[in-house]
Amino acid sequence: MDTHTSAHAEHSHPTPGLYLKIAVVLFVLTALEVLAFEAGRGSFGAQAQSVFEPIVVLLLVVLSGAKFILVAMFYMHLKQDPKLLSNLFIWPLVIAAVIIASLIVLLSYWRVVGGMASPNAALH
Amino acid sequence: MSHSAAPVIDHHYTTTGIDNKKLAIWSLIGSECLFFASLISMYLVYKGRSLVGPLPHAESQCMLDGRMQQCEGIFSIPLVTFGTAVLLFSSFFVVMALYGAQKGKPGMLKAWLSLTVLGGLFFVGMQVYEFSHFRHEGLGYSTNLFASTFYTLTGFHGTHVTVGVIWLGTLLIQAFRGKLTPEKAVNLEIAALYWHFVDVVWIVIFPTVYLLR
Repeated sequence: MDTHTSAHAEHSHPTPGLYLKIAVVLFVLTALEVLAFEAGRGSFGAQAQSVFEPIVVLLLVVLSGAKFILVAMFYMHLKQDPKLLSNLFIWPLVIAAVIIASLIVLLSYWRVVGGMASPNAALH
Repeated sequence: MSHSAAPVIDHHYTTTGIDNKKLAIWSLIGSECLFFASLISMYLVYKGRSLVGPLPHAESQCMLDGRMQQCEGIFSIPLVTFGTAVLLFSSFFVVMALYGAQKGKPGMLKAWLSLTVLGGLFFVGMQVYEFSHFRHEGLGYSTNLFASTFYTLTGFHGTHVTVGVIWLGTLLIQAFRGKLTPEKAVNLEIAALYWHFVDVVWIVIFPTVYLLR
């Protein structure tokens, strides 16, 4: 019976109307990303550049994070599907984030401490 | 005799109560997260460390036609933004196709799945055009650190998109032959999960590679 319950839960997915709303939000968030990038590099004047340049990285992280969550929750059905599937995705994501952060910190440290003696300095 | 008349159910539930195909595709997606994390790390670690151009955004000195020249930033943001939008919408198209498959609406399934495959083909075409344009501008695979890391990261993603297009294409053929019935909709569901994963990877790559200066 548990099998049937799980099977039923897997099929109670969102409706086409909700899928369309998510698509529109994703499109708007992508447009905002590009607008933030253009404002940050001065396409909308020096005043907008002075506002956006310091926060453009943060804005891009927040906007792309929101898009990522929307697709995973609604299009990949993690909101409705069993928690085991969410864990199969979220824990590798956590490890992936740790890998990216560790490598950046490690290599930045190496660059500062090693200076020109770093093997990377010889590359191109 | 009653055995031959029974409907074929293409679901194989594990002791967890989850279809084994779904469990397998989510395990694959989990491992792919680590694969792309290593490629994104590599790109970020070497970002801004190229000594010769062409560079993504800034002007630089680069070797073109056998002599050092002044080169402009190489990225075309509008083109890639359009490709990104098409890839995002293809995720919408495939969930609509899945809805059609699960509800037994073959017309809806075929129309939305065709749009998904077309969207994927457009994205791959955009990337092939972009790579050939960069090559023409003097950015070979080993020109500088930016080129090596950029081509490796986006090239592997493009390969995943191509695999997704082939996978969805085979399902489209099945749909046109009337073999993608509601009982077999799980086959489209796992292909759709892979397709959404390819999409979310691009959601990370697009700002990291194209918009971070």
